[in-house]
Amino acid sequence: MRFDSYQTQGFQDEMFDADGVVRPEARLLLDTIESLEDGQLIRCQQAAERLLLQMGITFNVYGDSAGAERIFPFDLIPRIVRAEEWAWMERGLKQRIHALNLFIDDIYHDQKILKDKIIPEEVIYSATFYRPQCAGINPPRGIWCHITGTDLVRHGDGNIYVLEDNLRVPSGVSYVLENRDLMKRTFPQVFEGSRVRPVDDYPSNLLEMLESIAPPGAADKPSVVLLTPGMYNSAYFEHSFLAQQMGIQLVEGRDLVVQDDIVWMRTTKGLRKVDVIYRRIDDDFMDPLAFRKDSLLGVPGLVDAYRAGKVALANAPGNGVADDKVVYAYVPDMIRYYLGEDAILFNVPTFLCWREKDRQHVLQNLDKLVVKSANEAGGYGMLVGPHSTAEQRQEFAGRITANPRNYIAQPTLALSRVPTLVDDHFEGRHVDLRPYILYGKDIKVLPGGLTRVALRKGSLVVNSSQGGGSKDTWVLAANGGEA
Amino acid sequence: MTENPPLLSRVADSVFWMARYIERAENVARFIGVNLNLQLDLPMEPAQQWQPLIDTSGDTEEFKKRFGEASQASVIEFLTYDAANPNSIASCIRLARENARSVRETISSEMWTQVNSMYLEMQMQRRMPDPGQLPEVFRAIRMGCHLFQGITDATMSHNEPWHFVRMGRKLERADKTSRILDVKYFILLPSARVVGTPYDDIHWSAVLKSVSGFGMYRKKHGRISPRDIVDFLIMDRDFPRSIRFCIHSADESLHAITGSPRGSYFYPSEQVMGLLRAELDFTPVDNILNGGLHEYLDSLQEKMNTVDKGISNDFVTRLPVGAAAGAHAD
Repeated sequence: MRFDSYQTQGFQDEMFDADGVVRPEARLLLDTIESLEDGQLIRCQQAAERLLLQMGITFNVYGDSAGAERIFPFDLIPRIVRAEEWAWMERGLKQRIHALNLFIDDIYHDQKILKDKIIPEEVIYSATFYRPQCAGINPPRGIWCHITGTDLVRHGDGNIYVLEDNLRVPSGVSYVLENRDLMKRTFPQVFEGSRVRPVDDYPSNLLEMLESIAPPGAADKPSVVLLTPGMYNSAYFEHSFLAQQMGIQLVEGRDLVVQDDIVWMRTTKGLRKVDVIYRRIDDDFMDPLAFRKDSLLGVPGLVDAYRAGKVALANAPGNGVADDKVVYAYVPDMIRYYLGEDAILFNVPTFLCWREKDRQHVLQNLDKLVVKSANEAGGYGMLVGPHSTAEQRQEFAGRITANPRNYIAQPTLALSRVPTLVDDHFEGRHVDLRPYILYGKDIKVLPGGLTRVALRKGSLVVNSSQGGGSKDTWVLAANGGEA
Repeated sequence: MTENPPLLSRVADSVFWMARYIERAENVARFIGVNLNLQLDLPMEPAQQWQPLIDTSGDTEEFKKRFGEASQASVIEFLTYDAANPNSIASCIRLARENARSVRETISSEMWTQVNSMYLEMQMQRRMPDPGQLPEVFRAIRMGCHLFQGITDATMSHNEPWHFVRMGRKLERADKTSRILDVKYFILLPSARVVGTPYDDIHWSAVLKSVSGFGMYRKKHGRISPRDIVDFLIMDRDFPRSIRFCIHSADESLHAITGSPRGSYFYPSEQVMGLLRAELDFTPVDNILNGGLHEYLDSLQEKMNTVDKGISNDFVTRLPVGAAAGAHAD
C-alpha cells in the first residue's frame, strides 16, 4: 500500500512535512510499509483486531447493558517522536509535575501561593476537587501526584501544548504496553532498524515507585495492592493488567477492612496488612466515612488510616484541585513561583469566564472557541465552537452566564494528524499524546505514551467513549543512545 | 525461600467457581453428546430419551414449567443455549469467564485467553445448529473445556489458587458422576425385561460413556455388570471420574491449602471432607447396593453439600472476627 495519494490538507502531520515530504524519522517506516505486498497491511490490521478481542483487551461502556465490552480500536500506523523533541518534552513534563506537586502540598499546608496573591483563593476554595479534609496531611516523601497522564497536543503552529494534567486517576497506560505488544506480534518487520525505545519497564518502575512510598515501619518488601472499583468499571482491564504485570493483589473495597487505623485484606488465612494502595477509584468513592456517604465501593476508615500515616495512597487524595481547568491556567505562574523558571511546555491560552472581560470575549466568540466545563473529563461538558449549532451555542451561553466560575474557553486547536488506515488507503486523523509520569524517589517519564486518535473523519475528539482509538507511539533513541 | 503471597478470599472463591463452571459445561456437553449417539442405536420415545438429562442437571421443575414435554430440541436448547438457565452450557461458560475476568491477575494469561475464546465462540453460535452438526458442536465444547484444564495445569503455578481450582473441578466432577449414576440407575434397573439383552449392554455402556469411562471400565472389569459399574464409578481408586478419586484429590488440595497433615484436621471443612473420604475408602459396594443405591447417592450428595459449605465458611465468608488481634501481619 502506498502513500502517493496521501494529503496533509494543510494540517500539521506527524509523518509528512508541509510540502508532503516524508519526515526523516519516518522514512524507514514508510519504505517498509510501501514494500509490503498488496493486502498485507490490511491483514495485519485485521489480525490485530482479532487479537484484541481474544485477549479480552476491552473497556466497558457506561449506559450500555451491564457487562457490555468493546475493544479500544487500534491503528497499525505508529506515531513517531524524534529523540530531541522527546528529550525536550520530557524535561518540560518533569518540570511541570515538580511544580504541580509543590503547589498541591502548599495548598494543603501554608497556602503561600494564595497569600502571595499569585492565585486568587476563591478559585481554590470553589474548585470541585479541592478537599479540605486533606489539609495538614503529610504523604510519604511529600508526594501527591505519583502517577500523572498529561495530555499533550501539537497545534497548527507546530508547537506542543499541554491540554490537561490529569493528576487524579489517569488511565490508558495498559494500552501503551498492549499496543506495543500487538505491533510486535502482528507487524514485527517494521521494528527492524528503527531504534524504537522500549516501554516494557513501566510496570517495574511503577512497582518500584509504589514500594518507595511505603510508610515507615513497613516490611522490607512492602505489601502493595491495586484497589479497583470492580469488574464493571470502564478501566477494569487496565487494573487487572497492571496488577498482573506487577505481581500484586488486585483488591476491591470489600476485600479490605480498617481496624485501629491499619488497613487489612481478607485472605484465606485471615487478615493481612496492607502498606501501599495504588487506588484506581476516585476520591469520592474511596471512603464513605471521609467523602461520599453513599459509596458502596470504598473502605470505611481508609482516609483515617492514611492520615495516621499507616498506609500510603497513590495518587494522594485531594490532588485533583490542580485538575480544575481554571487552576490549569495558573500552572506557568506556579512554575515561576515555586521553581523560579519559565515553563518549558506551553499552556493553551485560556479565558476564565469568571473574569468579566474574558467572559464578554468568550460569549462574543462562541463560534470560534472551545468551551470546557472546569471539572469534567472524557470529552463531556464541552462545546467545540466551529463545529457547533446556534442552539448549542445558546445553551452554553446560558450555562456560562449562570455559573461563570465553572467555564473556561480556549482557541480551537488544529490538532496534528497521523496517517491512519481507512478501508484500503491512508487518511490523516487527529491525534493527541498522553505521556505517563511517575514520581517516587525521582521523576520518570515513560518514553512516548498513549497516542489517541479521533477515528471519525474531521473529528477532534479522541476519547474512547466518543469514537477514539489509539496507536503505538515510537520515541526514537538518540544517536549513540540506547535503543 | 520466598513465601507464596496471601490469597484473597474473593479470589479463592472466584477461581474455585471458574473451575466448577468449566467442569459443569464439559459434563453437560458430554451427557448430550452421549445421548445423541445413543438414540442412533436405541430409538425411544423422545421424552423417555431426553428427560433423564434434565433430571441429571437437577432442573426438572424449571424445565417443565417453561418447556413442558422433553424433546431433543427443547432439551438441547435448555441445556446448551438458554441464557435463563444458569446451568446451561452457555451460562456456565459465561460465568466461568466472568469469574476468570475478575481474577485475571491471578490466573495465567493463557487460561484467560482460552476461556475468553470459548465465550466468544458461544456468543457467536447462540442459535441451535443443524442437527447434523450437533455431535461436532458438543465435541468442540468438551475439547475446549479439556484444553482449559490442560492449560491450567501446565501454565499456572501449583500453589494455593491452583489448589482452589482443582478442588472446584473435582467436587463438581464428583457431583456430576453421582447424578448421572443416580438418574440412569433409577431408569435402568426396573426394566428387568431388557436385562441380559443387547439393549441392556447399550444402556450401561452409555452410562460409562457419559463419564468417558467405557474403555477404562472394560480394561478393569471386562463384562458389563451393574454392580461392577457402580463399584467403578463410585469406588474406583484410579479412574479420574470416580467419586472416590475426585474426593481424594479434593482432600489433597484442601490439605495443601491449609497445611495440616492429611488424616488430621484443623478446619471444619477438613473434617467433613476427611469423613467423606474415609467412607469412600472403606464402604463395600454390596453394602451400597443392599441399602439402595439411590439412598446412598442421596446421602453422598448431602455430604458433598456440607463440604461445599464448609469450604465457603472456612475460606471465603469467614468474617474478620474480633479486630486485628487474631490477624497475622508479616
